[in-house]
Amino acid sequence: MSNPLPAKIKRLRKRTAASNRQRMWRDVRERGIEGLLFMAAALSVLVTVGIVGVLLYESAQFFRHVSVVEFLTGTVWTPSFANPKFGILPLVSGTLLTTGVALAVALPVGTVVAIYLSEFAPFAVRELLKPMLELLSAVPTVVYGYFAIGFVAPMLQQVIPDLPTFSVLSAGLVMGIMIIPYVSSLSEDAMRSVPMLLREGSYALGANKIRTALGVVFPSALSGIGAAYILGVSRAIGETMIVAIAAGMQPKLTANPTEPAATMTAFIVQVSLGDAAHGSVEYQSIFATGLMLFLMTLTFNILGYILRRRFHQAY
Amino acid sequence: MLDSSRLILRGKRQDAIFNIIGILFTLVGIVTLAILVVDLMIDGSPRLSYQFMTSFPSRRPENAGILSAWVGTLMVISVTLATAVPIGVAAAVYLEEYAPKNWVTTLIEINISNLAGVPSIIYGLMALGLLVYQFKLGRSVLVGGLTLALLVLPIVIVATREAIRSIPGSIREAAYAAGATKWQVIRYHLIPYSMGGIATGTIIAMSRAIGETAPLITIGALAYVPFLPPPPVQSTAPFVNAEWLHSGFTVLPIQMFNWVSRPQAKFHENAAATGLVLIFFTLAINGVAMYLRYRIRKNLKW
Amino acid sequence: MHTKSSLSLALLLSVGAIFGCSCNKTPAGPNNAQNSPPAVDPGLEKAAEKFADDQLAGKVLIDGSSTVFPVTEAVAEEFKGAVPKVQVTVGISGTGGGFKKFARGETDISNASRPILKAEAEAAAKEGIEFVELPVCYDALTVAVHPSCDWIKDDTITVEQLKAIWEPAAEGKIKKWNQVDPSWPDAELKLFGPGADSGTFDYFTEVICGKAKQSRGDFTASEDDNTLVQGISGDKHALGYLPYAYYEPNSAKMKALKIKKGENAVAPSAATVKDGSYPLSRPLFIYISLKSLERPEVQKFSEFYLDTITALATEVKYVPFETPLYDLVKDRLAKKKAGSMFGGEAETHQSLEEALKAAP
Repeated sequence: MSNPLPAKIKRLRKRTAASNRQRMWRDVRERGIEGLLFMAAALSVLVTVGIVGVLLYESAQFFRHVSVVEFLTGTVWTPSFANPKFGILPLVSGTLLTTGVALAVALPVGTVVAIYLSEFAPFAVRELLKPMLELLSAVPTVVYGYFAIGFVAPMLQQVIPDLPTFSVLSAGLVMGIMIIPYVSSLSEDAMRSVPMLLREGSYALGANKIRTALGVVFPSALSGIGAAYILGVSRAIGETMIVAIAAGMQPKLTANPTEPAATMTAFIVQVSLGDAAHGSVEYQSIFATGLMLFLMTLTFNILGYILRRRFHQAY
Repeated sequence: MLDSSRLILRGKRQDAIFNIIGILFTLVGIVTLAILVVDLMIDGSPRLSYQFMTSFPSRRPENAGILSAWVGTLMVISVTLATAVPIGVAAAVYLEEYAPKNWVTTLIEINISNLAGVPSIIYGLMALGLLVYQFKLGRSVLVGGLTLALLVLPIVIVATREAIRSIPGSIREAAYAAGATKWQVIRYHLIPYSMGGIATGTIIAMSRAIGETAPLITIGALAYVPFLPPPPVQSTAPFVNAEWLHSGFTVLPIQMFNWVSRPQAKFHENAAATGLVLIFFTLAINGVAMYLRYRIRKNLKW
Repeated sequence: MHTKSSLSLALLLSVGAIFGCSCNKTPAGPNNAQNSPPAVDPGLEKAAEKFADDQLAGKVLIDGSSTVFPVTEAVAEEFKGAVPKVQVTVGISGTGGGFKKFARGETDISNASRPILKAEAEAAAKEGIEFVELPVCYDALTVAVHPSCDWIKDDTITVEQLKAIWEPAAEGKIKKWNQVDPSWPDAELKLFGPGADSGTFDYFTEVICGKAKQSRGDFTASEDDNTLVQGISGDKHALGYLPYAYYEPNSAKMKALKIKKGENAVAPSAATVKDGSYPLSRPLFIYISLKSLERPEVQKFSEFYLDTITALATEVKYVPFETPLYDLVKDRLAKKKAGSMFGGEAETHQSLEEALKAAP
């Protein structure tokens, strides 16, 4: 049967053909954009591959001279001395101690500030204070280092008479203050994105502001607050200049914050900008230290991720 | 007194107490900042002058200036900004909207927040091996800017992701229901709403980048630069060039670090003045992002 | 808020405007000359005249030790006045980092606070880089105590006493002053010194303890010599060692001890360092690539360096050599004698004069 197609159907076919073409191009564009975005995300993986590659390569050469066991369990770190000892534990304890002091300041203060700014402060106050706090992260870390020795340490010496000029306490306190904006700004963003609905429901039940903030807003924003905490901790572990200047350069296995201690980052900066020959064992030890640092933060980040998954809330 | 009035009063009292605590804690940070700035001003503001801003470094502290340093900072930061923000936002959008929720994505997520903890000098060492030697880009403004961009990328990504994540699903679904494609939803609905968070991430990221010393020294940023990089605009054709990207440079934190380690006390004054200029710079560059965030927050209602 | 944000915007734009305008400014000397101090060393003027050249253009790339940096910076600054079109830039990657770049041919001159090591020289040779090693000035070390320290007889300390305090065996054991010398008080010995990665540390331990880097580990180490000043001047029972350049401007806050090696007790000063009687002074070096020396601007800069170093080293608080020693160094440059005088070791036991004369 050869019925000529009625005109209506011909028109319909042309129209659908046209919109099919449009849809095809749109799909191509969508795919193209997705590809571009994927490459951007993949870049972060490439960066990690680059960093880990460099660290592993040099560390491999380091471990040819030094046994892994001595590295991980030794308690003396004197790579620049004539009889070098490569036990990383003093540096690890230095890093953990300074990070601990810093977080003891930054996490509580940052969280309280975030809650205050997001739930209590009037708009004008918030828009004034938030940029000022963010300025804290704009001060170069070199300035913070000298501030720690020149102002904070003497001030602390009034309270703790025997405190040496270089100590974990003064470096840690200043580092904590530097990290406050990381914690507070991102947490505050997270809390403010919680829909008003939830707050209004809480108020309707008769809760006051603080009850709402702690019972409703804070748990709802936990994912974002967790991200802020993790960023803050990572920043604390990776901080270099403040501890290099203010915590002293004495690698010592200690749990006492009133003593000087060297951190892994301070050691890395000291050797790479110093007089050691590139390619010597002393120089390669900085890559081994860097690798250790990387693994530590990785472990911590994995833990943080697992915890956040448990508490994630979608609304 | 009825029970409810007592409860309400107690509630109000708690609120008032927390108000005070909140202000006090906020003041901790702000007072510290004020002390720092005042400290710097006492030492450094006598040195702030036109001569200081327009002279090159010198062995004589009275003659030394930060011209090459602040021009270098501006150039490096513009490269960092132009690189880190688009790539960071793009990566965050991909991870949040497109990536399937499998272990690969989890790996990338953990990886990104881990990168924020790598000390900056390791980035410097990696950039030295990769960008300077492998890609043969030399010790230039371009490499400096890229190194810093890699350093601050995790901050931008994390902040953007949190911003996108906090947009209620209802907005997305409404857009899809109206027939929008995925990219249209992202471009016309999600990104505008998350600009506030993106701005926050950019602010913190740029603040960090401006103050970095160690990685730039490692890739070969200089401490004595008696000339300026060639300007990007010129009066002969083709009127715009990219020569400046390949030039040697120095930045304000390096200059400050250099001066503060010298024995002469007058250099320390110079260093304090440089610190002030640095803070002012950060405020200026962040000012735009803060303004943007303010405007967006004002309009945001859900 | 609008005014505040608009203000920031306006500031940003004006900053950008200044940036745009200044980019077109030629990097001329007049900016610095406005505030030149009145007294200019006649030696510098003569050198500037001798080397003045308006036409010569090019680049000289220098990197390396941050200790030698102030000297090289001073020379580069003066050189710019004489030969304005040559761009000299100086980095501070550290002695080791500087040598690494030098060995790859990326820099023309390397600043070094210690001689080049065998491994570094071999790396350079592999890339075909040969170099001339030139000592340029002394960096003296001062042993200092708090000004109120009055128990040290004649303010003199012997090398043996220093060794007893600083050698590795003293770690954990020698904690009080009177353990070193019974006439000293029964008080805690607070020690300060530079970090283990600095050339100052290397040199001090080499001279005092016999071998470089052999030292006790339990002292207050600091990356920054300025904070050593703060530490020593802040504690009555402090003892520390630091470069002379950091002692001299702070001589009111600290007391320098005379060092007794053998017969004489010598105090640190420019004169005693120059004539070699002060035992704790180390040489600083620059290494110039022979291939770069073929370029006229590098040749000129190197000669200018040696001509002006006497005046400039004093300005930046280092100690220049005696003139005959500089003649030997200039001779070394003129003959382009390649290789290191110290055999690839970091220790400079023999005197510079012997080393310079001995080299083939």
